[in-house]
Amino acid sequence: MMTPMIRATAASLLLAGSMAVAAPALAEDDWIPPVTDALTQTECGDCHMAFQPGFLPARSWDAMMDGLADHFGDDATLSPADTAHIRAYLTANAGDVRGSELARDYMRWVRPDGVPLRITENPAFLREHDFRPEVWDRPEVVTPSNCLACHRDAERGSYEDD
Amino acid sequence: MTPARSLTLAALLATGLAASIAPAHAGDAADRQAILDGLAAEARAADPAFAGFAADRGETLFRTQWAGGDDRTPACTACHTENPRAMGRNAKTGRPIEPVAVSAKPDRFTDPDEVAKQFRRDCEAVLGRHCTAQEKGDYITFMMGQ
Repeated sequence: MMTPMIRATAASLLLAGSMAVAAPALAEDDWIPPVTDALTQTECGDCHMAFQPGFLPARSWDAMMDGLADHFGDDATLSPADTAHIRAYLTANAGDVRGSELARDYMRWVRPDGVPLRITENPAFLREHDFRPEVWDRPEVVTPSNCLACHRDAERGSYEDD
Repeated sequence: MTPARSLTLAALLATGLAASIAPAHAGDAADRQAILDGLAAEARAADPAFAGFAADRGETLFRTQWAGGDDRTPACTACHTENPRAMGRNAKTGRPIEPVAVSAKPDRFTDPDEVAKQFRRDCEAVLGRHCTAQEKGDYITFMMGQ
């Protein structure tokens, strides 16, 4: 019974947030090129949504693929061939390689020598997700990296305020 | 090479058999049986007294609070819920998980690579160790009856 209320609150918070930004929100501000590689979609999408490569620079994806044995605490290792394939795709489409507007918005917060691994720690993310704790506590959310809990078209690269 | 060949032969035979019964999922049943046969051979090699897989042991494995791995996944049920026929949710990422029961998702336990990968990851996360072939076979056997 609480859920619609909370959802409405979240929506108004999101609305308030985007209205506070000086520039009017254009659709392309909320869009990033989606994952188009089947293996990347399948393997990276196994336990979580396959995040778009544009959210991190190429060196971050290299570090990610180097560290799959301890992937945020989980063993996410793949065969060497699959690892190489996915690494090539992610680095070729990284935010500092193929920049869309949203990717550039994320990249401008990354230091020249920075190797971020968590997209959710980027100030561009935090700026848009400054919610009250009860929004994060919604049972379907679980964690801030669960884009699909609120952005139903996230896998298609669309992060409009749902 | 011989065990692998006879396994393939068994799978082919099983495919033919299953095809005459349930054409829609003929390949699934055979693929699942091939995986179980492989696990049975592995279990027998580990313990000559191996006497087959049991659904009730699989259910115990599924419902036990192991708390040996990740704090967020003390049991299989942390993600798969108490009901294997229901949708689950990854307790770490929030991603929905298709039902693990074969009746609800007929292609469960049919891809050997996928099965090996999932047991490797999930046993580590829940039990804090690898599962034995006996445990994997028991688990699959339980899910086949669900």
